[in-house]
Amino acid sequence: MIVSPSPHIHNNDSVRKDMLNVLIALIPAYLVALYYFGFGALCVSLIAIASCLLCEWLIQKFLLKKPCSLGNCSALLTGVLLSFNLPSNLDWWIVVIGAFVAIGIGKMTFGGLGNNPFNPALVGRVFLLVSFPAQMTTWPRPLQGNWMRYTDAETGATFLSKLNEGIIEIPKYTDMLFGNIGGSFGEVSAIALLVGFIYLLCTKTITWHIPVSIIITVFAFTGIYYLCGGNNAVSPCVHLLTGGLLLGAIFMATDYVTSPMTKCGQLIYGIGIGVITSVIRLWGAYPEGMSFAILIMNAVTPLINHYVKPHRFGEVVKK
Amino acid sequence: MNIVITSIVILGAIGCLSAVILYFVAKKFKVEQDDRIDQIVEVLPGANCGGCGFAGCQGFATACVNAGSLENKFCPVGGAPVMQKVGSILGVEASEAEPMVAVVRCNGTCANRSKTNTYDGAKNCRIAASHYAGETGCGYGCLRFGDCAAVCNFGAIKVNPETGIVEVDEELCTGCGSCAKACPHNVIEIRKKGLKGRRVYVGCVNKDKGAIARKACKAACIGCGKCEKTCPFGAIKVENNVAYIDFNVCKLCRKCVVECPTGAIKDVNFPTPPVKPAPKPAEDVKPVEPKIEEVKIEEVKVEEVKIEEVKVEEVKVDNKPDAIEQSLF
Amino acid sequence: MKTFKIGGVHPNDSKLSASQPIEVMGLPAKAVIPLSQHIGAPATPVVEKGAHVVVGQLIAQGTGFMSANIHSPYSGTIEKIDNAVDAWGMPCKSIFINVEGDEWDESIDRTDTLVRAFSYTPEEIVKKISDAGIVGLGGACFPTHVKLSIKAPAKADVLIINGVECEPYLTCDHRLMMEHGEELMIGIKILMKAINVDRAIIGIECNKPDVIKHLTDLSIKHFGIEVCPLKMHYPQGGEKQLIDACIGRQVPSGALPISVGAVVDNVATCFAVYEAVQKNKPLIDRVVTITGDKMSHPCNLKVRFGTPLKDLIDKAGGLPTEGEYKMIAGGPMMGRSFCNIDSPSSKRTSGILILPESKARRNEEENCIRCGKCIDACPMGLEPYLLSRLSEVKNWDLMEEHNVMDCIECGCCLYTCPANRPLLDYIRMGKQTVGGIIRARAQKK
Repeated sequence: MIVSPSPHIHNNDSVRKDMLNVLIALIPAYLVALYYFGFGALCVSLIAIASCLLCEWLIQKFLLKKPCSLGNCSALLTGVLLSFNLPSNLDWWIVVIGAFVAIGIGKMTFGGLGNNPFNPALVGRVFLLVSFPAQMTTWPRPLQGNWMRYTDAETGATFLSKLNEGIIEIPKYTDMLFGNIGGSFGEVSAIALLVGFIYLLCTKTITWHIPVSIIITVFAFTGIYYLCGGNNAVSPCVHLLTGGLLLGAIFMATDYVTSPMTKCGQLIYGIGIGVITSVIRLWGAYPEGMSFAILIMNAVTPLINHYVKPHRFGEVVKK
Repeated sequence: MNIVITSIVILGAIGCLSAVILYFVAKKFKVEQDDRIDQIVEVLPGANCGGCGFAGCQGFATACVNAGSLENKFCPVGGAPVMQKVGSILGVEASEAEPMVAVVRCNGTCANRSKTNTYDGAKNCRIAASHYAGETGCGYGCLRFGDCAAVCNFGAIKVNPETGIVEVDEELCTGCGSCAKACPHNVIEIRKKGLKGRRVYVGCVNKDKGAIARKACKAACIGCGKCEKTCPFGAIKVENNVAYIDFNVCKLCRKCVVECPTGAIKDVNFPTPPVKPAPKPAEDVKPVEPKIEEVKIEEVKVEEVKIEEVKVEEVKVDNKPDAIEQSLF
Repeated sequence: MKTFKIGGVHPNDSKLSASQPIEVMGLPAKAVIPLSQHIGAPATPVVEKGAHVVVGQLIAQGTGFMSANIHSPYSGTIEKIDNAVDAWGMPCKSIFINVEGDEWDESIDRTDTLVRAFSYTPEEIVKKISDAGIVGLGGACFPTHVKLSIKAPAKADVLIINGVECEPYLTCDHRLMMEHGEELMIGIKILMKAINVDRAIIGIECNKPDVIKHLTDLSIKHFGIEVCPLKMHYPQGGEKQLIDACIGRQVPSGALPISVGAVVDNVATCFAVYEAVQKNKPLIDRVVTITGDKMSHPCNLKVRFGTPLKDLIDKAGGLPTEGEYKMIAGGPMMGRSFCNIDSPSSKRTSGILILPESKARRNEEENCIRCGKCIDACPMGLEPYLLSRLSEVKNWDLMEEHNVMDCIECGCCLYTCPANRPLLDYIRMGKQTVGGIIRARAQKK
């Protein structure tokens, strides 16, 4: 006979299910990456995943001496997201370092899943970006169909990095939508990422608040800049479709652990990310600002949680 | 050269200005505090357990200084030596208090009190207690989830996974009483440690009538009152179907231990088992006989624990109690 | 379709016994009547050991304002007045009756004829309800006469009848509304008279279309009573949520429904009011749903208080013979799981649910991943993750600041938590402690 306090039924949701849903939502973008970047993308992602899992297992087993926590799939997700943020021709040892920083420093030092203040995959990515700037910003050109090639012959800068240097060379919109542009291998195809977004919304894994507020803010900010005719201004649509903006808005900024809890707080968080990203892109030294913007807003999240409270039942709004 | 001089002058000016500001701020916001408070905090154990009844060691020190005497003030953790030091700082005589220890008044081990259901909520005694009687038939005894262990600052109290109830490590226990406050069933009592750690107490708080209590637990106090009649000093009172031994009156004669039909009365740290005064009527012998044996085993166990503590290097201590128990049987 | 605005969840409703007509449960040989079947002080027995009682006779008098009378549901001899063990293994003072025959008090009208007309003043109605020992049969067992005694300057302008039955599995109110619709309407009329309002709204969730149709047809004949179909949304049966759903007013934190001019009563209470006022029958029985996924015969039984729960479970097919199971008094969201099957049923028992092994255990607990789903689900707009954490670290002051006293213990947070954290367990403990602190503070002043 079992006795417990109420309630006695559960909607059978679990951390593992949520993580798996995000992984499923990443499949379209992954397939696109394989199509354009071939063997390189496969290698980088497998190395990243394997090293994330290994690192978490080692720390859990030998340092924390707790039961294995790989079952909740969060390390797997971190590995996939980290690899999505890397160029597909990155050396294997850099990937391993990134994975160990992501899991070891980004997550496990704080006590594992649920306690990390920063998105682990981004911690890994930014660590690599500042430590190996050359390797991290040398992007392979996409090679349709030529899957078995490990591309390091043809490399080039992305649109955003050229823009940063003052060269405006806008790719075709169809290329941006389908991913036929250079960049970190998971971020290239807007369509694939949006398909994942719709899947996440349908399964109620995430709500629209964070991605939509980020996208609208960036659109508005760069749009105003464009209209005012700023230096090197390009259409806000181009800003939305290039770089890691969609990947970050849909998959990185919405990480449960590091985003605010309330809907109102999530909107503030999204707007903050949008503004910081735009500022870095338009005036900063880096061509791409999404990772930094998300990490900065991750740091603000506890403050947002503290000050933004849900609307209490029966509470009268003071005028 | 000019630059060097300018920077030195400017930095020097800033330094002086800051020093002046700091001086006035320090004057303005100076907190008047008796030096003796800090001195007392130094000698206190610093566990902030609240066992003294004040909010942490700082609070206790402040209260001591403000009162100017040590009446009704005692640090249970540091005991008499610390109180003497505190007394010498204040220049007053420290009050004498006997060392106390936490005592778990429950015999409800897995063997004595079997599980009737499985609790599946948050593993917390208070939550379980506010929901229902608990995993066993007894609604008064130890709930086995270890709220007391969680609050103990000294690691002196632990749930024994084998017996299922909590056990107090006398060496580590300071008698601060935080476990007694945490226990929702008031199973834990702070009692006098007694001469050489010897104590006699009723290991049960079940207020149910004898038959019901006995049904739930083999070693329950059934409130029969035999101990009350036996006690030559009037230390035992039976109230609400449960006996209680007043540790201020008890002279540790252990007549009650022998008399108790269920073995609810426990004696600890005695070198020999309690002796039955004289084999008066024949029928009394029967229930008593197995009792003595049980107590013997208890005794050995207690000694074993001591061995464990002293000889740390001895790794395979775990097997020893079993072997000795068997040989006794 | 209407519903309340904040939070809530949508559990599968599993109404297994919805089509089972109400059956009358037989009499036990021995009955135990607990003296505390309502919130407030336990009633004081007014019969002696050995006395002979008949059905409907007063056996215990309510002590004080917040207490309710208890009448004998059986005829027979009082065996003793002593502590019995309740469903949760705790002692509770009870009256033990040896049941002999079925002899009723003569003043009670036992016929089925409808008595429509009544000409009592509001005071007389409240007196009759108080005498009959009627308490809110929705689960909280709040004495109904207290709810109806509205002190000026508060004034009610609408009576809301709770026919929502948002708890999964339970069907007792559903069957009662289907089979005793007319009596219910008269009961509502009586209550409207008692609190002097001319509008009553019956809130019913749309998973009971038959009831909505039946009562809408009936309400045409009764001026002032309207049926309000509501969207399926747990915890719509909560008093504050129901008022929000039906008339769009939100009861402020810490206030009673009367502060927005509403009085809420359950349909079973209305039926009991009808019986008490028109038939002179005190509250001695109620409809109880006995259900469960593996039960062979889930049913709705009319049970007199004091019948052992074991008899009821046996009637519905008995406990599972193998494997673990969980017994719950009430529904799966707010019901209390119990361990003593020999304890008696009481005014509190609205249903008995037996969950099979596959559903009996909670899933394994993990770290909080701060997903915020509990905040979205909380119908009171609280932050369960924070309250639970504060309770774990015993920070009662901060809990009070974060409105823990508003918690209605509906269980939505735990239901929705992907990490299976025992949020409500800790919040409930914190609420009890904070409640104690607030009471102590009020006493000091």
